[in-house]
Amino acid sequence: MSIIKIEDIRRDFVVGSETVHALRGVSFDINKGEFVSIMGTSGSGKSTMLNILGCLDKPTSGEYYIDGIAVSKLSKDKLSHIRNRKIGFVFQSYNLLPRTTAIENVELPLLYNHEIGKKERHERAIEALKLVGLEDRMMHMPNQLSGGQQQRVAIARALVSDPVIILADEATGNLDTRTSYEIMSLFQQLNAQGKTIAFVTHEPDIAQFTTRTIMLRDGKIIKDEPVNTLSAQEFLLNLPLQND
Amino acid sequence: MNLYSLLNIAYKALMRNKMRAMLTMLGIVIGIASVIAMISIGQSSQQNINEQISGLGTNLIMVMRQQHRPGVNTGSTNVQSLKYKDCIAIRNQAKYVSDVSPYIQSSGQLIRGSNNWPTSIAGVDPCYLNIRKYKLERGTNFTQAQINSYAKVCLIGTTIVEKLFPDGENPIGKEIRFGKIPFKVIGILESKGQNQMGQDQDDIVIAPYTTIQKRVAAIDYIHMIYASATSESVANQATDEIESILRAQHNILPGKENDFDVRTQSEMLEMMNSVTGFISILLAAIASISLVVGGIGIMNIMYVTVTERTKEIGLRMSIGARSRDIMRQFLAESIILSLLGGVIGILFGLLISYVVSLALSWPFIVSSSSIILSFVVCAATGIFFGWYPAKKAANLDPINALRYE
Repeated sequence: MSIIKIEDIRRDFVVGSETVHALRGVSFDINKGEFVSIMGTSGSGKSTMLNILGCLDKPTSGEYYIDGIAVSKLSKDKLSHIRNRKIGFVFQSYNLLPRTTAIENVELPLLYNHEIGKKERHERAIEALKLVGLEDRMMHMPNQLSGGQQQRVAIARALVSDPVIILADEATGNLDTRTSYEIMSLFQQLNAQGKTIAFVTHEPDIAQFTTRTIMLRDGKIIKDEPVNTLSAQEFLLNLPLQND
Repeated sequence: MNLYSLLNIAYKALMRNKMRAMLTMLGIVIGIASVIAMISIGQSSQQNINEQISGLGTNLIMVMRQQHRPGVNTGSTNVQSLKYKDCIAIRNQAKYVSDVSPYIQSSGQLIRGSNNWPTSIAGVDPCYLNIRKYKLERGTNFTQAQINSYAKVCLIGTTIVEKLFPDGENPIGKEIRFGKIPFKVIGILESKGQNQMGQDQDDIVIAPYTTIQKRVAAIDYIHMIYASATSESVANQATDEIESILRAQHNILPGKENDFDVRTQSEMLEMMNSVTGFISILLAAIASISLVVGGIGIMNIMYVTVTERTKEIGLRMSIGARSRDIMRQFLAESIILSLLGGVIGILFGLLISYVVSLALSWPFIVSSSSIILSFVVCAATGIFFGWYPAKKAANLDPINALRYE
C-alpha cells in the first residue's frame, strides 16, 4: 500500500532571468512500513524533494499524493493541516523551542490540532517520550539535554501526532558517530513497529541502515534500489568503548 | 486553534523571555500610569478649586441696585431701590433661600489710639457670617436685640486686628472708632486669606445693619442684599425666585426692566472650571504621548522578536501552524503585554495620584471612565502596534524560516 506517490514531479525556480530546474521529472512510491533514504550531493535536488514531500513547497508540475490526497491543488491552510496530521518532521538542528520543557516541546504539534484536548495531549506526549526512551527527562529544558537526547525529543515530537510518514532531514548531521548509530537504531526500532520513514542524508554509511535508497543527481533519480540493511544496534556493540 | 490554546501558546512564548516581556511592558505601564495619574490629579485640582470657590459661597446670591432711566447713567450710587422690607419679603417667601442679609457699606478711617487704618464698615444681619462662610475665632456674634437697639458693636477681621492692635493686645471688649463713632469689638473673625481675585478677605469690619444705616450712613435704603441658596444645585431657582419676589415688591410691570440685579458666583465657577479643565486635558495629552511611545516600544520589540524567532516560526509552520495561527499568536502576545502593562499602569497611576492628593491634601478622585478608557486604549495599542509584526511573522515562508540562522 503506497503512502506516498510521486508522479513526474518537476520543480523550477526562477532566479533573476534564469530558471533553475531543481527537479526534472521524478517519480516514485513509498509504501507503508518502508524506511527510505533519499541521497544525493548538494545541488542534487534532495532538499527540494524533502520540501515537497513535507508539503512545505508545491511542485511546478506533476502530482504528489500523500495518504491518497492530491497535494498540488491544496491551499496553504490545507497544507498546514496535512503537515499537522500526516507528517512528522525531524531536523538536523533539532529545532526545539528553547526554555521549554521536553514534554511541552513534544506537545507542540497537538496544540495546533483542536480535536485533541489537554489531557489527551499530555498522555500522548508522555507515550511518545517513552517510545524514544526519555520518560525520565520529561521536565528537562533542551539546554539540559545532550544532542542525542534533544534529537530524541524531536523524534518524539514527530511521533506524537501519529503521522503516516516521518521525514528526517539529515537527522544525524549534528551528532557524533555513536550517537548517530543510537538515533539510527531508534529509527530502525520505530520502523520495525511499522512507522514509515523517509530519511534524507548524504552519508552512505547512514543510508545502509535503511531498507531502500533513492539516489538523486541533478534533479533526477539515478538509482532506486533496496538496501542490504544493516543493524545499527550491532554497529553500536562493535564500536570501541571510549574510556578517555 | 481555540482561545485557550492560543493564550497558552502566547503566554508560554512570553514567559520564555520574562525580562524582555517586562521591559516591553514598562513602556505601557509608564504611559498608562501617567495618563491615569494626570487625569486623576487634574480632576482633584478641579475639585479642590470648586471646594475653595464653594468656600466663598457658591450658593452666594447678591442683589445689587440698578436703574434704567433715560439720560445720564449715574450707576447705582444714588439708586435707592432696595429696602430692608425686600429682605423680609425674600426671607418669608423664597423656598430655595436659606439666609438673607441686608448690606450697607460705609468707608472711613478706623482709629484705635495712635493706630489707624482706612477701611469700610459693613452693616449686616447676624446670618451674614453664614452666607459668606465666615467663622468666629473669638468672641460672639451680635444679636437681634443689639440690632433692635442700634448697638455700637462690631466684629473685626484679622487684618484689622493687626493694624489696630499691633502689640498683641486682646481686642475683645476694646473700643475702636469709625470716624467719630465708637464701636465695641465683640468678636474676631477667623482668617480666610485672599480670595480668588486677590482681595484681602480679612480686612473687614461688620456691625448690625441698623447701626450703620441710622448712625453711620444715615440712609433709609440698603446698598445690597446678600442671600444664600439652600444648596449649590438650586442656586438658579433661588435667583429666579428672588427676582420674581423683588419684581412683585417693587411693582414692576411685566415687560419692564428690573431696578435691581441678581448675581451668583456660578460664572466665576464656570470660568475656573474651564481653566482647570483645559489644564487637565493638556496634562492628559502630554501623558498620552508617553503611551504612544510605549506602544511603539511594543511594536519595536515584537518586530525584533519576529526576526529573532524566525526559526521558531518556521518550526511551528512545519508542524502544522497556519499563517493565521502565527498571526494570532503574535497578536495575542502583544495584546497580553499591553493589557498586563495597562493593568499594572492603572494601579501605579492610582497610587501616584493617591500620594499626590495625600501630599497636597486634595480630594482623591478616580473616574471609572478614565480607567475604562485606558483599558480600551491598551487593547487598541496592542492590536495596532502588534499587527504589523504579526503580519510579518505570518507571511514568512516556512522553508526559508526553517533555514534561517
